[in-house]
Amino acid sequence: MSERHAEGPAETVAVERVPMSTARRLLILGIAVLLLAGLGTGFVLHAASRAADRNKPRAGGPAVAAGTVSLTRTGQVAFVNAAHGPYRGRVTTVPAGAPGGTRTASTLDCARFYAAAGTGVCLRSGLGVLARTGKAVITDAALHTRRTFPLAGVPSRARVSPSGRLAAWTVFVGGESYGAAFFSTRTSILDTRTWHLLPNLEDFAITLAGQPYHAVDTNIWGVTFASDDDTFYATLATAGKTHLVKGSITRRTLTDTGVQNVECPSLSPDGTRVAFKKRVLAGASLWHEYVLDLRTLRQTPLAEHRSVDDQATWLDNDTLAYALPTQGDTTSTDLWTVPADGTGTPHLLLPGASSPAPL
Amino acid sequence: MYLADRAAPTAAATARGPGRGRAPAVSSVVLALGAVSLVTDISSEMVTAVLPLYLVTGLGLSPLGFGTLDGVYNGVSALVQLTGGHLADRIRSHKLIAGLGYGLSALCKPLLLFAKSLGPLGVVLALERTGKGLRTSPRDALISLSTPPERRGRAFGVHRAMDTTGAVLGPMTAFLILRAATDGYDAVFGVSSCVAVLGVLVLVLFVPGRGRLSADGDGTDPGAAPARTDLREALRLLRVPRLRALAGCAVLLGLTTVSDAFVYLLLQHRAGIPEEFFPLLPLGTSAVFLLLAVPAGVLADRIGRRVVFLAGHAGLLAAYGLLLWAPGTPALPYAVLALHGTFYAATDGVLPAAVADVVPAHLRGSGLALVGTGQALARFCCSLAFGAAWTAWGDGRALFASAAGLLVCAALAAVVLRPGEKTA
Repeated sequence: MSERHAEGPAETVAVERVPMSTARRLLILGIAVLLLAGLGTGFVLHAASRAADRNKPRAGGPAVAAGTVSLTRTGQVAFVNAAHGPYRGRVTTVPAGAPGGTRTASTLDCARFYAAAGTGVCLRSGLGVLARTGKAVITDAALHTRRTFPLAGVPSRARVSPSGRLAAWTVFVGGESYGAAFFSTRTSILDTRTWHLLPNLEDFAITLAGQPYHAVDTNIWGVTFASDDDTFYATLATAGKTHLVKGSITRRTLTDTGVQNVECPSLSPDGTRVAFKKRVLAGASLWHEYVLDLRTLRQTPLAEHRSVDDQATWLDNDTLAYALPTQGDTTSTDLWTVPADGTGTPHLLLPGASSPAPL
Repeated sequence: MYLADRAAPTAAATARGPGRGRAPAVSSVVLALGAVSLVTDISSEMVTAVLPLYLVTGLGLSPLGFGTLDGVYNGVSALVQLTGGHLADRIRSHKLIAGLGYGLSALCKPLLLFAKSLGPLGVVLALERTGKGLRTSPRDALISLSTPPERRGRAFGVHRAMDTTGAVLGPMTAFLILRAATDGYDAVFGVSSCVAVLGVLVLVLFVPGRGRLSADGDGTDPGAAPARTDLREALRLLRVPRLRALAGCAVLLGLTTVSDAFVYLLLQHRAGIPEEFFPLLPLGTSAVFLLLAVPAGVLADRIGRRVVFLAGHAGLLAAYGLLLWAPGTPALPYAVLALHGTFYAATDGVLPAAVADVVPAHLRGSGLALVGTGQALARFCCSLAFGAAWTAWGDGRALFASAAGLLVCAALAAVVLRPGEKTA
């Protein structure tokens, strides 16, 4: 049918100007298709070879060896290895006392990872035929899969409660249909003892400024657990503001703490302080890392002056670790540490790494 | 007046029948424009499909708040569409303005390679949508001008089906590339650029320019058109009763058409769709849309645009009803998506076909833009209102209000658009 129509333009064109013949037009189109296909193939091949390149170790990079990773071996830091080489993207450990030493890489691939008390949560992003796919993998101490849960979007944050019982994750959802650029977060909490999943924290009863609150534009992200396996903190965003909220899993509630402009909270091991990123300028993607004293609500800016877009991790009660983009390499991050009391200076902990978790 | 002849297109359609003469069922211009849209949609949807992934894992950015620009931009986009439609009439070259629109969008794809933060990315995507706004009305004008009135439903149906095919192929292409090259977002944008250029080229080569359209589509005889097409002339369109009726109905119905994003959220809320299927919901709508666009268009030519257009909205109403009822059956999401896709198939191409019937050839772009813009702005207002209603009353009551509103508006439209009214 289309062959018949291919002749159409020549037939229907009026005589005022001599048109290009159909054959010539098809020739031009054919040549253009070949050229553009060649160019497109070039783009893909270039990207593929670059991806292959990243899987080769780079001179001067950290030493990584395959090995057995155990989440119960104390004195180690677990992280997702981002250094060039065959173990890129793997959950890896290194002794906390010798971060420059040889890294031990597991076989587990994650976009985001966290672990505590022998429970690991690994967020993975995959590609289906028609749409993205994603999985949250709950692992045991040997990083064996205990159970997997589908993700509705792109992995963002992951946490495990100090006891290892609860796991939480946040994904970005949306941006699927043409012209409907809506993005939102979805945060889920899982009880790894009962396997009961709370798929969306937005279903919790929300209290803002003492009043029950519900809005479609509510977004919740960045859960951090207290040691009682019930209380947690998170960021709640609505009407252009972010609030630090305190949640209770048994009561299914989220209650505003009265502190605003708090994102990605992280509760200290002693439960007295929350590290968080504070937006420097409304509308700009610039954040400064702070520590909030939960008793006095006093905020202390940390000595890191670069913009931190991460959910920081407490390595101990005095030190925070967080990822910053690697200079000159947009596909990699480095892990830095800074004292939690606002003193000192940032130190490079691990180049080519993300998602730190002290074991 | 000339327009009066076009006031009852259905009568003409049934009288002459669809298979008249040796002319092809769909003109080559329509097929060429369909190919342009298909290719361009592949290009655009490749980008849209990987954008969240690119922002979060490629650039390490948080995409939250990315939508804030969206609201402001909707108004600008509407103005751009009006300008595009009118300008095309004015310079009497729909091809040129459509080409500029496609060209601008194509130009934005390689720019994505250089935009590394939310601000510049937002600007590039806004420009991309400016191109879309610019080209929509001139393109629809070209489709209508190259097709006789009694076949316009089919022509728009064919175009929409091809367009939607591109929207489905785009993400598949993008994911294939990402699987071949891990983190190869630049390759996705690069290939998307190549595909976009191809779309522009097909337009330039295979869509005839000014005064060279097929004799059937009443766009041929340049001598018949008045010497001047200016703003005043275009504004006079608002005095055409039939167009006013169509525009009014499009706006009224638009005000009660809940946006796709909300339909999918409602579906997830009320039908408990598992997380992994959420990204597939828009594809369900698209699949039904692309399958039914041509049959619905042909049907509109046979039994009348009004009936099919209203039936489409009845389908949407049924989808709302199913969502409200939310029976605990696994068939619910399929039924809702089928109805949602049917709604698009029965309205998206049928409305411009109906508008083309009542707008003289030299003002075709302006007329289509007027109705299209009215509808888009109305839908945007509906989104805002629906969001607010959801907040205040919860999703069930907000949906009930929309359904009630849709029922009233559809009944009103059925009365206002009833045929046989002599408008000369």
